[in-house]
Amino acid sequence: MSTPLLEVRDLRKTYGERVVLDGLDLSVGAHEVVCLIGASGSGKSTLLRCVNLLESVDDGQVLLDGAEITDPRADPRDVRREIGVVFQAYNLFPHLTALDNCTLAPVRVHGVPRAEAVERARGLLDRFGLSAQADVHPDRLSGGQQQRVALVRALCTQPRLLLLDEITAALDPELVGDVLDLVRAEAEAGMTMLIATHEMAFAREVATRVAYLHRGRVLEQGPPAQVLSDPREEATRRFLRRVLPERPPSAPE
Amino acid sequence: MSTPTTSGAAGGTAEASRAAWTPSEHEVERRAVRRRLRRRGTLVAGVATVVGLGLLVALVVLSPGWQRVQETFLSPYHAREALPSIAQGFLLNVGMFLVAEPLILLLGTLVAVARGTTSPWLTPVRLLAVAYVDLFRGLPTLLVVFLFAFGIPALQLQGVTTSLFWLATAALVLCYGAYVAEVIRAGIDSVHPSQVASARSLALSQSQVMRHVVLPQAGRRVVPPLMNDFVSLQKDTALVASVGVFEALFAAQDYGNYNFNYTPLLVAGLFFVALTIPLARLTDWLGRRVAERERGGR
Repeated sequence: MSTPLLEVRDLRKTYGERVVLDGLDLSVGAHEVVCLIGASGSGKSTLLRCVNLLESVDDGQVLLDGAEITDPRADPRDVRREIGVVFQAYNLFPHLTALDNCTLAPVRVHGVPRAEAVERARGLLDRFGLSAQADVHPDRLSGGQQQRVALVRALCTQPRLLLLDEITAALDPELVGDVLDLVRAEAEAGMTMLIATHEMAFAREVATRVAYLHRGRVLEQGPPAQVLSDPREEATRRFLRRVLPERPPSAPE
Repeated sequence: MSTPTTSGAAGGTAEASRAAWTPSEHEVERRAVRRRLRRRGTLVAGVATVVGLGLLVALVVLSPGWQRVQETFLSPYHAREALPSIAQGFLLNVGMFLVAEPLILLLGTLVAVARGTTSPWLTPVRLLAVAYVDLFRGLPTLLVVFLFAFGIPALQLQGVTTSLFWLATAALVLCYGAYVAEVIRAGIDSVHPSQVASARSLALSQSQVMRHVVLPQAGRRVVPPLMNDFVSLQKDTALVASVGVFEALFAAQDYGNYNFNYTPLLVAGLFFVALTIPLARLTDWLGRRVAERERGGR
């Protein structure tokens, strides 16, 4: 078996007294789409922040392509160059237009010629129905549009791994679809993704694997049909009963 | 049970899992690496500082006129002799600063808020605020001090003080009020409109929005530039030497003129610096504390 693109080994993260990640193991192979589910506070966001080195870890390792990135001697920027992130609150830069938000990193970090970066960004914005918004500042866009721009911004650097942190949690239900369509398209194009989400229906459809996080570790994982419809663990079942409107169908479609 | 962690959110959780957890060999090694990197950083900082400052000192000490400068600017004897009268004078600087600072803050905030009002009734107030800022930002402070110290007594108004100290203080307040008003206005403008929207939607009145939501956030952001203005004000209290108020600079010049030695000027300078540096550290510390409390662990 080849080395997975991302491997998390026995990861531990605490905030003062609170243990958020408690010996978490997870691996994501190339072209896999792994959805993290679990109650709030179960460590989904913290895990993503550790993978992107926004947080320092307290024990364990994160490996990208088999190389440890949690090594203090590793340059975090080399790691982040390879990883795209989309946050729950969009986090677009309000002083830049949608287009400039998307070309900032390709031009400044990746050394892409401006014309080429603009062309690439316009192409992606076009594809996701944002061509009319390219020259507008983020505060004048709707939430759904902002989040799609944030996705395009992450994609413009052509990352090898995309981290999505509850990207639809702040959106109106009718806008969720647009954003998820975009993620679905990327999944089909073969993008490797690690997604923290509350959208069980979406996880079921797009994920190659679903991992249920409970008290800072992966309690169970497997194909979405199995984990979401016929979970092994009692804790998973209880969680799903709380988040799903009715009992999950027992047979996968 | 497949979960080795203890259950519940109660106090026992943290201790139990901490007791169960010991750093892995890998983590121990990582900590050692972090320590090593930190030590190397400290070493680099130390060497760079010593070398950098050493070169500067060497440049000054090895200059051809160093001997002469030492005699006229660094005489311990003259420093001791001039000290009491400079210290005496410096109390006036401090007093002036302490009186002026709160007045400036108040004036600056009022003017900044006045410029941001929207009611048509307040149009004259707005115009006055704009005219005041335009005028007093443009006038040299020294000129205003002269105008106040000599012009106002010349009017021979009943009940208006002729004390140079108070007149000069008023001049400083008016000049700095204009600067500070602009700094605070920039702070007010930097608060995101969504903050105003959410405060208004809680049915707060326009002035309550300003008082409870906008100004506290604006205030935090403008602390560094305000500090700048206040440090500058501390120094500018020395401008009143020009109208004959016997403060630190005047005392130093006075001594120097009699004894042909400039050491007292340096002594006066040290007094000013000694006052501003602790103030800067204090505001840094206050700012950090607020930032830590509000941003939390994330």
